[in-house]
Amino acid sequence: MSDHKQDCDCERRNLLIATSAVGGVAVAAAAVPFVASLAPSERAKAIGAPVIVDIGKLAPGEKTVVKWRGKPVWILRRTPEMLASLKAAEEKLSDPGSEKSDQPDYTKTPTRAIKDEYLVAIGICTHLGCSPSDKLKTGNAEGMAADWAGGFLCPCHGSLFDLAGRVFKSQPAPTNLEIPPHRYLSDTSIIIGEDSNDSKGA
Amino acid sequence: MAANSSFQKYQSDGSRLGNLLEWFDARFPLTSMWKTHMSEYYAPKNFNFWYFFGVISLLVLVIQFVTGIFLVMHYKPDGTLNASGIPIAFASVEYIMRDVPGGWLIRYMHSTGASAFFIAIYLHMFRGMLYGSYRKPRELIWVTGVVIFLCLMAIAFMGYLLPWGQMSYWGAQVIINLFSAIPLVGEGLSTLIRGDFVVSDATLNRFFAFHVCAVPLVLLGLVVMHVLALHEVGSNNPDGVEIKKFKDEKGIPLDSVPFHPQYTIGHDLPACVIFLILFFGVAFFLPEMGGYFLEYNNFLPADPMKTPAHLAPVWYFTPFYSMLRAMVWNFFWIDAKFWGVVSMGGGVVILAFLPWLDRSPAKSIRYRGPIFKTLLTIFVIGFVILGYLGTKAPGYYFFGYTPSEGFNPLNILLSGDIHTRLFTFYYFLFFLTMPYWSKIDKCKPVPERVTSK
Repeated sequence: MSDHKQDCDCERRNLLIATSAVGGVAVAAAAVPFVASLAPSERAKAIGAPVIVDIGKLAPGEKTVVKWRGKPVWILRRTPEMLASLKAAEEKLSDPGSEKSDQPDYTKTPTRAIKDEYLVAIGICTHLGCSPSDKLKTGNAEGMAADWAGGFLCPCHGSLFDLAGRVFKSQPAPTNLEIPPHRYLSDTSIIIGEDSNDSKGA
Repeated sequence: MAANSSFQKYQSDGSRLGNLLEWFDARFPLTSMWKTHMSEYYAPKNFNFWYFFGVISLLVLVIQFVTGIFLVMHYKPDGTLNASGIPIAFASVEYIMRDVPGGWLIRYMHSTGASAFFIAIYLHMFRGMLYGSYRKPRELIWVTGVVIFLCLMAIAFMGYLLPWGQMSYWGAQVIINLFSAIPLVGEGLSTLIRGDFVVSDATLNRFFAFHVCAVPLVLLGLVVMHVLALHEVGSNNPDGVEIKKFKDEKGIPLDSVPFHPQYTIGHDLPACVIFLILFFGVAFFLPEMGGYFLEYNNFLPADPMKTPAHLAPVWYFTPFYSMLRAMVWNFFWIDAKFWGVVSMGGGVVILAFLPWLDRSPAKSIRYRGPIFKTLLTIFVIGFVILGYLGTKAPGYYFFGYTPSEGFNPLNILLSGDIHTRLFTFYYFLFFLTMPYWSKIDKCKPVPERVTSK
């Protein structure tokens, strides 16, 4: 230890350490603007404008898709049979009460909707972000199991959702489909991305 | 001028060219570099078929650089829609295919090159496993090689987004979303990678920058490091013996030949010619390779509203994609998809530890025992099956089998999902138990000198 001390010019060594430390801080600081530039730009953040959808022409059992914040938003007009299937599915669901899932408080109902008839949901699987396909018909008409009650199937990793966008048990998707903030402007039109509290919701 | 290396500087024969070379060599280590890496780099004389793939990887690297530069002259990284409602990036690839003279060939060379690169690299890595080329003192060659492999995966993944087709878009969507599985920082990290809340024009532009500029620079540096490390310690050979043990009076290994011209002209040149025949056969006649090299869904422009019915990565990612899908259990209250990411990443990273996991007294498979030969065979079969299953949808059954109701052993035996989990488990078990079984394996005596020729 003492031998080692004699060999080194301690004052110079300390200066070297101090210079390297200051240099290191400078390099780290220089990286900040570069990393920051990777974050979503102001323009990307601004493209969140609400979308108004006319649902007057939607027939019972029909689904329409609109683009909101670059994501597909589904509006499904559910038939009474479809609504009846939701109650029956409950025991097979992973989160039937939507406790762990993302939705505005006013849609935390058994049908996950403001008006039971219309499901409004973001059509993006909560697993890895694919858009599930419609499997609205019951039974094996669309390649599903014989006891299928209608819902959605994610093509990427096979997650199954019921007609309220609720995920079944033991599926890759951890939570139910997200529901965007929305409200009815009239009986036939919905605004997506805005609710009565004018808060972001969810 | 005093030479800085042990090699004699070039001396002119009096001709003009000779004078120029002498002037140049006095100011630049030209002769010494040529000798160190080419004419006086002594390689074992018993190289075989497996030793083609390093030089072929280098050839493909050149093909990718040249074709890539010419593609960039016509390609536009722009996700916005043109007047006919087609994304500009997608339209510019169609433009290259239809309107640029010879553009179709340059693009098919580039897309075939991507697959050829992985074929060559997989065989090159397998050669390393066969002959123990990663063992001391060649650990760094292997480790830089694994990092090169990682870089290639990154560059291939980012390049695949550029045509802005359906598979480009949704493949990127899934893989970037994987990062959101990392606890605490994941969500922010995946937004930072995309530069937006969904895969968008911002993502396309940054992937373009990484694909054509940043990663190729890193890759080139790593390739130089890989070759310099190789030439520092010398090449291994199919017998896995050190040729430097026996040298002649000039210090040249007895079982060696100079790399140039023996290997360059006599070994690698014919290999490259055969490779190019096969390569252009594919580029001209089978550029899509039945949907494995170019996927059919990618001929549709990206549609953020609709995921294609069947989503699978390109073939070279499928073994690792299977490892991702094998994890379906939540451990320690962390979601299964995080463990999927760990398993996929771990599958690549664990390769880097191979030099320290292998404790066998013999390097080459020629002298290694039955345990290694058996386990390696299962490893290769398992890896290929993982690759095959990665191209299939979850819930796949072999031979078109439909699972029957109730208990039936065939439901398990023919299930793709079960095989995915089984062989993923085996993949990791193979490496993690290697320190044990490689030590107790009954190896044959290793000869002092190389055997063939």
